Amino acid sequence: MKVLIVGIAGGTARQTALELRGRGHQVLGLDRRPWRDAPRGIRVFEVDVRKRAAEDVFRKEKPEVVVHMATVTSLVARAEERERINLGGTRAVFEASRAAGVKRVVFVGRHTYYGAGPDSPMYHTEDEPPQNLGTFPELGDLVAADLYAANMLWRHPELATTVLRLCYCLGPSKTGTLAMFLGARWVPMVLGFDPLFQFLDEADAARAISLAVEQGPRGIFNVAGPQPVPLSNVVTQTGRKVLPLPEPVLKRLMGRFGLPSLPRGALEHIKYPVVIDAAAFRQATGFQFQVDEVETLTRYRALG
Amino acid sequence: MARTDSIATLVDGLELPFNALGVDPYGVSRWHLKVFFSALGFLYNTYFRVRAVGVEHVPARGRAMLVGNHSGGVAIDGAMVLASMLLEMNPPRLAQGMADKFINRLPLASTWSNRCGQFTGLPEHAERLLHDDRLLMVFPEGHKGTAKLYTERYSLVNFGSGFVRLALKTKSPIIPFGFLGGGAAIPTIYNSAALGRLMGTPYVPLTPYGLAVPLPVQLEVHYGEPMLFEGTGNEEDQVINGYVEQVKGRIATLIDDGRSSRHQRKHAGERR
Repeated sequence: MKVLIVGIAGGTARQTALELRGRGHQVLGLDRRPWRDAPRGIRVFEVDVRKRAAEDVFRKEKPEVVVHMATVTSLVARAEERERINLGGTRAVFEASRAAGVKRVVFVGRHTYYGAGPDSPMYHTEDEPPQNLGTFPELGDLVAADLYAANMLWRHPELATTVLRLCYCLGPSKTGTLAMFLGARWVPMVLGFDPLFQFLDEADAARAISLAVEQGPRGIFNVAGPQPVPLSNVVTQTGRKVLPLPEPVLKRLMGRFGLPSLPRGALEHIKYPVVIDAAAFRQATGFQFQVDEVETLTRYRALG
Repeated sequence: MARTDSIATLVDGLELPFNALGVDPYGVSRWHLKVFFSALGFLYNTYFRVRAVGVEHVPARGRAMLVGNHSGGVAIDGAMVLASMLLEMNPPRLAQGMADKFINRLPLASTWSNRCGQFTGLPEHAERLLHDDRLLMVFPEGHKGTAKLYTERYSLVNFGSGFVRLALKTKSPIIPFGFLGGGAAIPTIYNSAALGRLMGTPYVPLTPYGLAVPLPVQLEVHYGEPMLFEGTGNEEDQVINGYVEQVKGRIATLIDDGRSSRHQRKHAGERR
C-alpha cells in the first residue's frame, strides 16, 4: 500500500516509517522538520501540512492510507502555536485526505486524553469521556483533535477512520513526553505520590500503528502493551535518580535548576496515573507486544 | 489462630500476577505489601489478638466480595480483615478494599494505599477487580459507619445498595462478616469535622482520652456462609433493597452470635 505519514520526522513516526517499509509498503512523509538521514525509498516532503504545498502532495501522490502523527504537547509548543498544529493540522489532514480520495486515515492520538486525577479510574476504556480538563487546560487542544478525528467516523463514513490513543513511547529516538521527563539524571517526583506509568517500546508502537494501517479498523482504540509500572521504577530502572519534592516546592522549582518546565496541570500527571485498557485494539488487530516493560526500561537505560 | 509462616513467605504465596519488579498490573507491590502486613501482623497477633471465625467460608480462588459492618472510628476493621485473609487463609489472599476518595489526595497515603491494592472506591475499580477474580472488601455503611459513637457500636447504619448490583452484575458471591470490638478499641465520643478539615479527612474521631489511638481490646471477625443472588444488576430498587436487607440481616446475626459466644467464653473463663 502507499502510505503517507504526516509528521514523519518525529521519533515514533520514523520507526513507523521503517516498519511499514519493512512490511513491503511504499512510504512517504510530510513534515516541517527535516529527516536528514531518511533511508532511500522513503520520500520526505518538507512542508507544513496546513500549507498549500501539502495539498499538492496529497493530490499528486494519491496515498491509500494517511497516518497523522503531527500533534504536539505543551512540553513542545506554547498555547497558540499548539492549537494551530494540533487542531488546525488535524483538520487539514482530514480535508486533504478527503479531497485526494484517501481510503483510510489513522489518527495517532495520546492516552493522556483521559486526563489524570485523584478520582479517575485505572484502565480507561474507549467510551469514557476526557476528565480533569479543568486542572490541565493545556491538554484541551489534543482532546479536541482526538474528538474531531473521531467525528469523522459518522460525518464521513466513506473515509475509514481509526483513532488511536497511544500510551507513552520509549526508545532509541529518545523523544516523546516520557523521554523528555526522563531527560536529566535527577527526575523530580511529587513527594508521597508514585503513579503508574504505561509505555510501549518504540518498536512495538511502530508495529501497533502498522497493524492499524494494514487492517484499518474503524473506531477508537486504546493502544498499549505490557503492564504499567510505578514512576519510581521507571526512573530507577532507566538509571536515573528520584528527586522527591513536596508539591508546593516542586511547583516553584519547575523550569529552574535543570528541572523540566511543566504547566501546573501536568503535575497531576506525575501524581495520578493514566492507565488504559487496550483489549479492544488487541482484539481488532491481533497486536501482541514483543518488548515487555522491564526490557523496555533496560534498553532505554543502555541508551544513556 | 494465624499460621506461623513469616509475612514475607505469605506475601510471596499470594496468587497475583507480579512482574519481574514485583508489581502487578494494578501497581500492587510485593515490597510494599511486606512492610504493610508486617505492621498489620503485629497488630493482628499481638496487640488486638484478633479472633477470626469462619475463614473457611471465603473461597480460595475466584471473585468474591467480603461485605461487613464498620467497627471503630479509624480503619482498623478493614485492616484486620485484610490481615486475616493473608494470615489465616491457605493459600493467602489479598483482600482489596475500596478506599475513601480523600485518601488518594494525601501524600504517602496515596502511594501506600495504591501499592497495597486499596484503590479509590470507584464502581469501575470494583467491577474490574471482580472480573479479574480478585477478592473485594466492601463496607456498605460507608463513612457514616466509621462515624458510629461508642454507644452505637453494635448498630448498623443505612447500607448503600451498589454492592448488591455489583455482585449481581459480576455474578460474585457475597461473604458477609460481622466485626466486633472496634467500637471498644476506639470509644468515639465525638467526631470533629473541624480537625478533619485541618487534616484533609472528612472528620477526626475523638475519645475520652483525646485522640483516637486504639486500645488493646480483643477484636473478632466472624465470616458467614457465601450468599449468591441471581440476577443482572438492573433490577428495580425494590428487588435490590430486598437483597440488601438479607445481607444486612445476616451481618446483624453474625454480630449478635459473636457477642453471645464472646459473653459465654468470658463467663466460662471466670468460672474456671
